[in-house]
Amino acid sequence: MMNPGHGRGPDSGVVGGGSNSDPFPAGLRVLVVDDDPTCLMILERMLRTCLYRVTKCNRAEIALSLLRKNKNGFDIVISDVHMPDMDGFKLLEHVGLEMDLPVIMMSADDSKSVVLKGVTHGAVDYLIKPVRIEALKNIWQHVVRKKRNDRNVSEQSGGSIEETTGGGGGERERQQHQQQERDDDDADNNSSSANEGTWKSSRKRKEEEVDEQGDDKEDSSSLKKPRVVWSVELHQQFVAAVNHLGVDKAVPKKILEMMNVPGLTRENVASHLQKYRIYLRRLGGVSQHQGNMNHSFMTGQDPSFVPLSGFDHLQALAAASHLPAQSLAQLQATGLGRPSLTKPVMSPLVDQRSVFSFENPKMRFGDGHVGGNKQTSLLHGVPTAMEPKQFAGSSSRMLMPPSMLPSLGQQQQQMLSSSSRVVLPATHSVFNNFPSELQRNSFPLASAPTCYQEEVNSSDARGFANNPSYDVFNDFPQQQQHHNNDNNKMNDWDLRNIGLAFNSHQENTAAFSASEAYSSSQRKRRDTDVTFVAEHSQNQNQPPQNRSLHQMNQIYMGGGGPVRVKTEAVTCPPPTTTLFHEQYHQEDLMSALLKQEGIPNEFDFDGYSIDNIPV
Amino acid sequence: MQRQVALVKQSLFDQGYLDEQFMELEDLQDDANPNFVEEVATLYFKDSARLINNIDQALERGSFDFNRLDSYMHQFKGSSTSIGASKVKTECTMFREYCRAGNAEGCLRTFQQLKKEHATLRKKLEHYFQMARQAGPKETARRPK
Repeated sequence: MMNPGHGRGPDSGVVGGGSNSDPFPAGLRVLVVDDDPTCLMILERMLRTCLYRVTKCNRAEIALSLLRKNKNGFDIVISDVHMPDMDGFKLLEHVGLEMDLPVIMMSADDSKSVVLKGVTHGAVDYLIKPVRIEALKNIWQHVVRKKRNDRNVSEQSGGSIEETTGGGGGERERQQHQQQERDDDDADNNSSSANEGTWKSSRKRKEEEVDEQGDDKEDSSSLKKPRVVWSVELHQQFVAAVNHLGVDKAVPKKILEMMNVPGLTRENVASHLQKYRIYLRRLGGVSQHQGNMNHSFMTGQDPSFVPLSGFDHLQALAAASHLPAQSLAQLQATGLGRPSLTKPVMSPLVDQRSVFSFENPKMRFGDGHVGGNKQTSLLHGVPTAMEPKQFAGSSSRMLMPPSMLPSLGQQQQQMLSSSSRVVLPATHSVFNNFPSELQRNSFPLASAPTCYQEEVNSSDARGFANNPSYDVFNDFPQQQQHHNNDNNKMNDWDLRNIGLAFNSHQENTAAFSASEAYSSSQRKRRDTDVTFVAEHSQNQNQPPQNRSLHQMNQIYMGGGGPVRVKTEAVTCPPPTTTLFHEQYHQEDLMSALLKQEGIPNEFDFDGYSIDNIPV
Repeated sequence: MQRQVALVKQSLFDQGYLDEQFMELEDLQDDANPNFVEEVATLYFKDSARLINNIDQALERGSFDFNRLDSYMHQFKGSSTSIGASKVKTECTMFREYCRAGNAEGCLRTFQQLKKEHATLRKKLEHYFQMARQAGPKETARRPK
């Protein structure tokens, strides 16, 4: 995208105090926006001292028009949060949407919620006033990081914040390959397999993604064609239309019709929609970061947190995007083992998913901070109808004693457990409770299309509570399992904990993921009916499960890393979705339950894909 | 003379009028921008006078729009922290707390205090800059127009 000012400008020859022989940070083109003249003056001075090239601006609207006029004219934007004409977050949103520049927010307001809001809106940094020059000396790193990430994005067709470990373009081929022979336990493969889900889920989507990339690149790097200026109002209309239609179902034509703006073409809308989706995805990525942040807050508690958050994302995504169970499993495994891997998965996901992922952090941490953001509104389009009891109090429940939890959906509980490892003991017990209640509930599900995202921690009460259509499918597998092993149930659900195990035992993790993928994939293909699934699980999986469960228990008790991973992912189709048979091609309801047990060499899986239950 | 200036400045710190942010500003002052701190301070007092005026009017209206007051004060606080006006900043913070608590009485009282601190700081800084100009043999001694 933008060149971070290499050798650009008159300053390029001058080496700043902080820079070495490479003049790079010098000449960085910074746009600083603040309505406070005093701050603006000081900032300008500081930035110039850093040898940046500074453009200052006291109004967000002016800043936006400057940016639009000269799209490649800046490398980074620093903006105040509180401004009279346009909220800093609004500016941030527009910049993220239109120019994809790194934006640093700043404010005298150091309340955690505001900082979090900045981060969730995609700010690369948040500076508390008074801003110190030391902080400004390093802002160039955001430009570099952004550039690097963009490169990764273009390679991987995913847009997200962190870099991925694996190499880029060949990933998809590898995914396909892996789908057929999944014997490789390599972490990279895990990640690729994770992507696989996406790949599989719909070819159309993939192409769309690719197109998005292409467009994005084109837009940001070259501005040949005349562009429609997406004013705040126009954008709001657009968002309203998208929300109305549902993020996943919104197509340019319909949006155009809804917006009913003369002069606007389908192409304009299509382009904007793509960017908007990228933007949403980015938010999803941010949420991941949030998770990490939280993790850091909780330092010392659990390393697994980070992975889990990533994991949650994946699952959430998977659920939202109707990824095959196997992909979920893999994702989970990878996510647990390596947070970084999650990204690739994320990127392909559509807004909806990202939304989900976004929500996840809330759930996990139970912080109200995240809430109240715009993202919430994104849920509009997402069909989320979980029963209140199932999802309600997801975050808080985790902490509660198991006995309290029975009402919760199994999945949710699982999710909870996975999300917060600290709580693990409680969650385990919770899991025990699941079987009886959930199972019953879940069966009815067969009749109704339901998406379930158990694994996704994101079962935000809000997000999901609204969808009437959601049911719990996961129960099937669980039921079987439970029936067979009542004692072991707890352990099974502990899978979330795997994150720990993964962290500690990476090797095991890899094995897990591979095995998971395998089992899940097979099952999915085979199973189209719930009953089918059940049979499968009973016939094939049960015996191994028992065994594995026992092992798991032992392991768990021993204090070793949890070896088993169990994931249940149910995808939530938009309410309107009616075709279940086409799991992979359309957004269907899928619930995949994966069980893995993590003793090296021994894996058990229960993978259920409840694909479409015709309603 | 230079020593006197340093003493005056030190007393401003010792008495809590200024904090280290002010030092940051002084560090930004160089040959190319010899009067930077004073320029910033001038701008600050000009702008903050406007803000004080706004808040005065809002308070006089009698109906307390705490959101609005809080918003004004947020800006006030932002610029005050930026120049290192420690005492003023403290009052700003307190004012905002009263705003959140919906305490009109506290707001009024704090605002009076804030204005006092603001005026005091202004006087002291003017004195300081004046001394600095007299003491400074360099071109820093000239007052910006």
